[in-house]
Amino acid sequence: MEQVLEKLNTDYEHGFITAVEQEVFPKGLNEDIIRMISRRKNEPDFMLTWRLKAFAAWQQMKEPDWAKINYPRIDYQNISYFAAPKKKIESLDDLDPEIRATFEKLGIPLKEQEVLAGVKGAPVAVDAVFDSVSVGTTFKKTLADLGIIFCSFSEAVQEHPELVEKYLGSVVPVRDNYFSALNSAVFSDGSFCYIPKGVRCPMELSTYFRINASGTGQFERTLIIADDDSYVSYLEGCTAPSRDENQLHAAVVELIAHENAFIKYSTVQNWYPGNKDGVGGVYNFVTKRGLCKGNNSRISWTQVETGSAITWKYPSCVLKGDNSIGEFYSVAVTNNHQQADTGTKMIHLGRNTKSTIVSKGISAGKSSNAYRGLVRISGKAEGARNHSQCDSLLIGSRCSAHTFPYIEVKNNSAVVEHEATTSKVSEEQLFYLRQRGLSEEEAVSLVVSGFCKEVFLELPMEFAVEAQKLLQVSLEGSVG
Amino acid sequence: MLEIRNLHAEVDGKPILKGIHLKLAAGETHAIMGPNGSGKSTLSQVIAGREDYTVTQGEIIYNGRNILELSVEERAREGIFIAFQYPTAIPGVNNMQFLRTAVNAIRKHRGEKELNSGDFLKEARYAMQQLDMNPEFIKRAVNDGFSGGEKKKNEILQMYMLKPRLVILDETDSGLDIDALQDVSRAVNQFRSPERSFLVVTHYQRLLDYIKPDHIHVLFDGRIVKSGGPELALELEQSGYDEIKAAAVL
Repeated sequence: MEQVLEKLNTDYEHGFITAVEQEVFPKGLNEDIIRMISRRKNEPDFMLTWRLKAFAAWQQMKEPDWAKINYPRIDYQNISYFAAPKKKIESLDDLDPEIRATFEKLGIPLKEQEVLAGVKGAPVAVDAVFDSVSVGTTFKKTLADLGIIFCSFSEAVQEHPELVEKYLGSVVPVRDNYFSALNSAVFSDGSFCYIPKGVRCPMELSTYFRINASGTGQFERTLIIADDDSYVSYLEGCTAPSRDENQLHAAVVELIAHENAFIKYSTVQNWYPGNKDGVGGVYNFVTKRGLCKGNNSRISWTQVETGSAITWKYPSCVLKGDNSIGEFYSVAVTNNHQQADTGTKMIHLGRNTKSTIVSKGISAGKSSNAYRGLVRISGKAEGARNHSQCDSLLIGSRCSAHTFPYIEVKNNSAVVEHEATTSKVSEEQLFYLRQRGLSEEEAVSLVVSGFCKEVFLELPMEFAVEAQKLLQVSLEGSVG
Repeated sequence: MLEIRNLHAEVDGKPILKGIHLKLAAGETHAIMGPNGSGKSTLSQVIAGREDYTVTQGEIIYNGRNILELSVEERAREGIFIAFQYPTAIPGVNNMQFLRTAVNAIRKHRGEKELNSGDFLKEARYAMQQLDMNPEFIKRAVNDGFSGGEKKKNEILQMYMLKPRLVILDETDSGLDIDALQDVSRAVNQFRSPERSFLVVTHYQRLLDYIKPDHIHVLFDGRIVKSGGPELALELEQSGYDEIKAAAVL
């Protein structure tokens, strides 16, 4: 078993650095920097006002310390808040070959005739974000024919300011929390998506985030609006080079589902987790929230979290519309010295609202993995239902798993169920599988894939395979 | 096929096997009998290479090679198979996914091509029919929520698919009703061949009525205290192990 744990420590395969000429803002954070970002992006006034409001709020806030994570103080004045490739990009054809090669290496297609590496079948529209800027979006024309807007956030600010002004901050207000306030002040790009009434988006939309520059933070913003009776399935992926320093990533994602709309949001998070001694790695402080605004709307979060030195993330649903549905399916893997404090919040406001939580935490090495979830049933949420299932799997004896469920019920008609289990990959299971010819790593990977099955079934099929592979890689050398 | 010479093994410093000698030729079936705690299951697991047991002395020669240095999976790929007394559940992993992974790991080791899913299914269906198993079984999670009899049949299904050369049946009869026992025995007998050897570990004579051994060994306190032909099982059935225990004490 110990040896398997040792073997699980494989290298992070996306750890390379791209040599590309970059424009990087001086380190530090103040109003001038925020004005520079806004000017550089040629933003309308409302954006600058909004950013400054967020900055003022942030300055009065305290970094939260309630999560089960430990990290040295972050010096927010020692980070650069903007980095972009120097070369101006007019179309995907102008893309710096180095950057194109980077995405190719990662298996992300930036030509429309291509499909994701290892994925057969349906095309996927991709928005690629390199450090602080979006470097290209595919299939824009095909989607535009249906009235779907899928572009970088910067472009949305220019082309659709009325939508941005209307929805930005409507789910995660600037004062929501320390990291979202920071993001609101300095975010530089991200993806924007609008699905018009009655349209079913015919392909997966995907954003791929890549941190490259050193000494910078990445702060992206994603805003997805699904108008009445529409449907969209959206996937985000992320990687970063292996560096000895810790890089800060503080993103905000806002989803709005109008009447009868369904947004399916899947994440495969693979930021650099640091080396096996815990040096380096991304600090991932992310605020993700969806608002089921209309009646009968539905938002489903699926996440596979394998990367980052620290993960602090609670994709949530505010179930405002009557009969609306919120779902959260999560696999969080920690190995070596990784720390994850992740879970969800389901806020039931409307009548007959339903939520489902399935969380699978896998801890290996010396890592710590915590599930933290809130289910709140408000007084008016007549007939609300929640079912939560939190399972933890331990590999080896030096890791830990924690579950912090919070339940607040203010309506007597609510039905709230919570189940939790903790299990270990047992010596018996490993012996059994190895006696059938599987190597110890294959054995662990099979047990783990069985454990995660319910969540993988929720992933778009194209990505389930990728997620499975990623899981295998993350656990290589982790069995212990 | 298999030759065990002066095998001593212990767990947590406590000696369990105290000098086992055993010779099993290709095509032969030997039964290992003995009371509880005599070391029968330990012997199976030591042959399979379980690391919880430390071999302190002796050799296990399999096909002319001392296998003590080989890992569990290497021995399995070389054709050693245990039908377990208590098969472990692997929740969420379906039987088919598991079996295919195992079959292909072994085929790869033998330098054979991976079995495609069509051929695999055809073979699995045939084996399941022989064992009177519901075809739905292949879709269920490995041993998860299986009854005792279902687990044992599932072990024999795996044996059939993996085509081992040395099969150890560890108390395969325990927990089986008479119908299931017959199904299992029939499948095992069908699987017997001049190239394959069986080591049948059992408490009772009952199984040996169906799977007829060439030799019987009685294990007591970590040693083989008596060996003989099939008639030995009948003797034991009548006199119990008391006589053997008494003899061993002397």
